[in-house]
Amino acid sequence: MPIINDVVIKIATVNGTGSASANGLLMKSIFRMGIPVVGKNFFPSNIQGLPTWYEIRVTGDGYQSRSDRVDVMVAMNAQTYARDLADVSPGGWLIYDSTWPRSKMLSRDDITVHGVPLSKMCNEKFEGVRARILMKNIAYVGTVAALLDIDLDTITTLLEETFADKQHMIESNMEAIRLGFDYAIENFVCPLPRRVSPMNGTQGHIVIDGNTAAGLGCMYAGATVGAWYPITPSTSLMDAFRSFCMKYRVDPESGKRTYCIIQAEDELAAIGMVLGASWIGARSFTPTSGPGISLMSEFLGYAYYAEIPAVVFNVQRTGPSTGMPTRTQQSDLMCCAYASHGDTKHVLLFPADPNECFYMALSAFDFAERLQTPVMVLSDLDIGMNDWMVPEFEFDENHVPDRGKVLTADELDDMEEFHRYLDVDGDGIPYRTLPGVHPTGAYFTRGSGHTKYGDYTEDSDKYRDVVDRLLIKWETARSILPESEIQYSELNKAAILTVGSGHGACIEALDRLTEQNIALNYCRVRAFPFNHSTREFIDKHEVVYVVEQNRDAQLRTLLMLDIDADPAKLISFLHYDGMPLNAAFVVDKVLEQISRGQAA
Amino acid sequence: MTYISKPAISHPKMPKNNLGLTARDYEGTVSTLCAGCGHDSVTAAIIQAVFELDIEPHMLAKMSGIGCSSKTPAYFVSQAHGFNAVHGRMASVTTGAYAANRKLTYIGVSGDGDSLSIGAGQFIHAIRRNLNMCYIIENNGVYGLTKGQFSASADIGSRPKKGLPNQQEPIDSVSIALGLGATYIARSFSGDKDQLVPLIKGALTHSGFALVDIISPCVTFNDHEGSTKSYAHTRQFYHHVVDVDFVPPAKEIKAAYDEGSAMSIELHGGSKIVLRKIEKDYDPTSRAVSFKYLRDRHNAGEITTGLLYIDNSRKEMHDLMGNIDTPLSELALDTLHPGKEELKKILDRYR
Repeated sequence: MPIINDVVIKIATVNGTGSASANGLLMKSIFRMGIPVVGKNFFPSNIQGLPTWYEIRVTGDGYQSRSDRVDVMVAMNAQTYARDLADVSPGGWLIYDSTWPRSKMLSRDDITVHGVPLSKMCNEKFEGVRARILMKNIAYVGTVAALLDIDLDTITTLLEETFADKQHMIESNMEAIRLGFDYAIENFVCPLPRRVSPMNGTQGHIVIDGNTAAGLGCMYAGATVGAWYPITPSTSLMDAFRSFCMKYRVDPESGKRTYCIIQAEDELAAIGMVLGASWIGARSFTPTSGPGISLMSEFLGYAYYAEIPAVVFNVQRTGPSTGMPTRTQQSDLMCCAYASHGDTKHVLLFPADPNECFYMALSAFDFAERLQTPVMVLSDLDIGMNDWMVPEFEFDENHVPDRGKVLTADELDDMEEFHRYLDVDGDGIPYRTLPGVHPTGAYFTRGSGHTKYGDYTEDSDKYRDVVDRLLIKWETARSILPESEIQYSELNKAAILTVGSGHGACIEALDRLTEQNIALNYCRVRAFPFNHSTREFIDKHEVVYVVEQNRDAQLRTLLMLDIDADPAKLISFLHYDGMPLNAAFVVDKVLEQISRGQAA
Repeated sequence: MTYISKPAISHPKMPKNNLGLTARDYEGTVSTLCAGCGHDSVTAAIIQAVFELDIEPHMLAKMSGIGCSSKTPAYFVSQAHGFNAVHGRMASVTTGAYAANRKLTYIGVSGDGDSLSIGAGQFIHAIRRNLNMCYIIENNGVYGLTKGQFSASADIGSRPKKGLPNQQEPIDSVSIALGLGATYIARSFSGDKDQLVPLIKGALTHSGFALVDIISPCVTFNDHEGSTKSYAHTRQFYHHVVDVDFVPPAKEIKAAYDEGSAMSIELHGGSKIVLRKIEKDYDPTSRAVSFKYLRDRHNAGEITTGLLYIDNSRKEMHDLMGNIDTPLSELALDTLHPGKEELKKILDRYR
């Protein structure tokens, strides 16, 4: 019996040889056949020449995380051939370019190796070095299509959409695909026993990366000022925002732009620009990654104390320091939560996938303006730069954006005097005025000690008055931020708790554990400060496995610091090698804990 | 103390501007700087300039960083919003603020420490963007609040109160600005209000980045013999190259100027500045001439003052980008996205 729609394809190529479009084409065609897919790109910090891998997991069950096996390896990079060969799971297949022979030393008898003379065929067919390299990489799409039974018509349609007005590109690409396809049909048994078959599992879904989704969210949120400094893996967020703005943010009458994107001289300036624009009353944001947060910290503390809205996207990468810029991690939780010197803490949002990147981009501006404080959206490289299959986004036109407590000119006209930092409503959030609106609203924004009236102070009581009120605001934040996602049954005394991109792997792990009669409850935190339900959830369990992608158990630490969670209950599962989390890691850790408990 | 406001006493015969406001309406809280500080004279000149330009107080935004100079926005125009940012970062905050609302008039007050050391990066990039603001550097060659360390603008041979003279080449904001192509560059002296007020008015009215570097002696740490940023030294080596008269749009140019020495330049909005050239062959519209002249006079030990360079042809930041005239902060959010149905079309690309 063939195994249908459960196959992992890994493609090893050289960076900068056009393989990204070939891999995208492959993944998209499977998606178009109605089959859920997961795409993960493992790329070097390099423009051209270093090895790169792309992993496509075909998952009829619709899981979102990366797999722990490789069924079909397309080994196009001689440099990494030995390791790619070793990577194939027993019983799997390896396809390589047989134009050049591989060392006889490298062989395995537990897998099937198929050689396809891709370079030779393409060299004969196409002119020019660049075209030959590109076509060689398109040709393997054909081979994989034949082996896995991917629909050629779907591939053709996708090419037609991509190269809408370049007929010759469609033809040459199809020619290359045909070369690979026909060779496979003639020389191998096609399709393989592991293959794909059309199904109806992708309706209402799209395939999108988190940075594009967040950039789209910023456009829909009405952000007008974006300031940034290029840094992997956040750069494509601003690229996306720019491309949406170029289409939708040009004033029809004047032909002028209704957005302002500034490439700053550094992250110190990028966040300064965001604060300046937000202080004026525009919705403003900056995308960055860990090193950028370090540089922005001084200003983030300023914004906390002077109470200025700001939206910051931190697409986390592997630290410490420069770390591995093209690998993923969740290692900025602590540094964002407490960015800056002094008693400072910040509101964080944790999207789990591109879908939440879109919605959290929208709500981040609402929270920032409501709470008059920086809001950081902590995505990561896995979410930001990989293609995820997620439910399509809906925009609720009835949603009224929350601009927070901003006094209008009319309101100020009726006021004798205005005091910036008075807690009028008891929720710790004072009223705010914007420059250029009314002379009564004027105040001096400062990061130095100030009274509740906004005046400079070095008086102990007046200083404490303001910093204590900020704690009331912190509790207000806790009560309005997104609730944790919780699956609870009172039968279970143990639970998994995770954050962000750990979600997909944990959900899959819960299923696999259930198959082994191990039932666990589940909690995924979505914001910091953590809401009360998270504290209650932890209290109701004997043990909570905290799954996170950093070395130092930062989420666990935050749970202890912010909601006084009992450290004895919190057992860390730490995954921090830079690769996205997979279910096998979580399952193994749980089983290890259980056997340890039984042994004790 | 900065939170003590001045008593609002206004003489009935005090002159009023076109908004019906007196200079008193443009004052701020009481200065906490040392008695005799040059910065307080600059504050007075700013008040007069803003008053005479009929700027509505709440349409002014006062920007600063950290240091003695950066405290001064509290001491003028209380009815304007102020932003006292972190050290050396006034330029970025102003860039963002101006990006969001181009209708306000932005005045930034910085110092030599704030702009030429910690904030040097932001200073030069604001120039590069031709950010539409008046950028004042109150230049005294010294860090006052931390008690008298040299700043990057201290001249070679300048002596601190204690310790050895400075041996490092000073950073000159005017030369930097010229090199980068700033579009309005002036230097003046805090003790010369007659020269300062029209220079500030020109800077506030100029469309683009306007630098006014003002020698403003520190009476406590850098006003002794041997200091090159002292009152005595500045007065002795002070050299006007061009003087400026500011002429609002409605007024005719009446003052008589020597043939060949006057030069009238129209600013954004129709006002004019008239340059009285003291050096006949000085051309403030030529970067090459300005640069050579400044270096020559510097080597001769002189401090060249006046409007040293102006370029009215370059577009300011928003116009360079092709941005809408309406302040971005005033656009309604629901006009800034294409709606629910268009989102479906956008997402079709990701199917």
